[in-house]
Amino acid sequence: MDKLVELVIVFLSVVLVNNFVFTKFLGICPYIGVSSRVEMAFGMGAAVTFVTTLSGVMSWLVNVKILIPIGMPYLKYIVFILVIASMVQLVEMYLRKFFRSLYDAFGIFLPLITTNCVVLGICLFLDLWGYGFLESLVASFGAGLGFTVAICIMAGIRENLRWADMPDCLKGAPITLITAGILTLAFMGFSGMIK
Amino acid sequence: MANNAVPKKPAAGFFIRGLWEESPVFRQLIGMCPTLAVTAQLKPAITMGASVIFVLICSNVVVSLMRKLVQGHLRLLMFTMTIATFVTIADYLLKAYLPEMSEKLGAYVPLIIVNCLIIGRAEACANRQGVWISFWDGWGQGIGYTIGLAAMATIRELLADGAIWGHPVMWDGFVNWNVMKLPAGAFLTLGILLGLSNHFLRKK
Repeated sequence: MDKLVELVIVFLSVVLVNNFVFTKFLGICPYIGVSSRVEMAFGMGAAVTFVTTLSGVMSWLVNVKILIPIGMPYLKYIVFILVIASMVQLVEMYLRKFFRSLYDAFGIFLPLITTNCVVLGICLFLDLWGYGFLESLVASFGAGLGFTVAICIMAGIRENLRWADMPDCLKGAPITLITAGILTLAFMGFSGMIK
Repeated sequence: MANNAVPKKPAAGFFIRGLWEESPVFRQLIGMCPTLAVTAQLKPAITMGASVIFVLICSNVVVSLMRKLVQGHLRLLMFTMTIATFVTIADYLLKAYLPEMSEKLGAYVPLIIVNCLIIGRAEACANRQGVWISFWDGWGQGIGYTIGLAAMATIRELLADGAIWGHPVMWDGFVNWNVMKLPAGAFLTLGILLGLSNHFLRKK
């Protein structure tokens, strides 16, 4: 039972309190670029969640079960990148074969995920936090979910921003960043939830 | 992106364009994660900028050297592996000589691997140009990036701690803006800086 509570705390912490977009600034590029329509943002989020979960777990296994025992932790960045790239490739092939419609929906997002900071970020933070296997699984899924939540909220706001009257110089990226700043303040309200 | 303006000295042209005209932070809007994450104070920002310059120059040179050997879709993977190698070197150098900074920057040093700036330059410049030009392009873009980081960090450190490079500079009784230390301050500062740079530069 204690274990379960601990896992729930890990999950909540990574989705809300330590949201990767709002507190760790990871995955900002698609956040600024893609998030102008809710459906697109959701598609991107779903694809990222899928890949973070898989590559978080895989990189944890490779790091803890292979690299550390054979004493080659200095190879970990290169190996993480390889794991992520092959996971993305695998997901792409699997979807193309078995879920054609989903593949068409994800479209261009899939190859882009290799260089999405959220994915490499979760691999690195799992190593830094020293999580066990189950915590890693939950945290990787949570990180993806947190990204999806952030990018969808943002897309919703941006759909309405189109009708807002603002100075020309703020249109596009600047207003998105300022909005993100205010959203971050709102998300700070969650920080009391855990410790 | 046209290279018409500087036909005579391409290397110098690439160097100078990176500084302002194609400034990574304010013009191209790439490599934003560290721009936001490490700019709470000037020292980590400069350390980060130096690491990026190192990685960018090395990866530009290596990518440029092997540009004829690697083609097709494996290209991007090769770029990423090259970058990851140099990032590992930079990370271990920081751990050895600046352990305190390395602790502070944490996961953001390895995250240079997926910094769009470096992959972007490998693809847009080093993959097409000779070694000499790529070398200077690395310097230009890297220094341009560091200037962007330093600008953010100066503003945030000044308002959050009333200090620059750890030395207090504000008058007595200055109330620290704690929000500038937080993630929210990073987003707001960058948003406002971008807005200002658009405002003053697009008028011409």
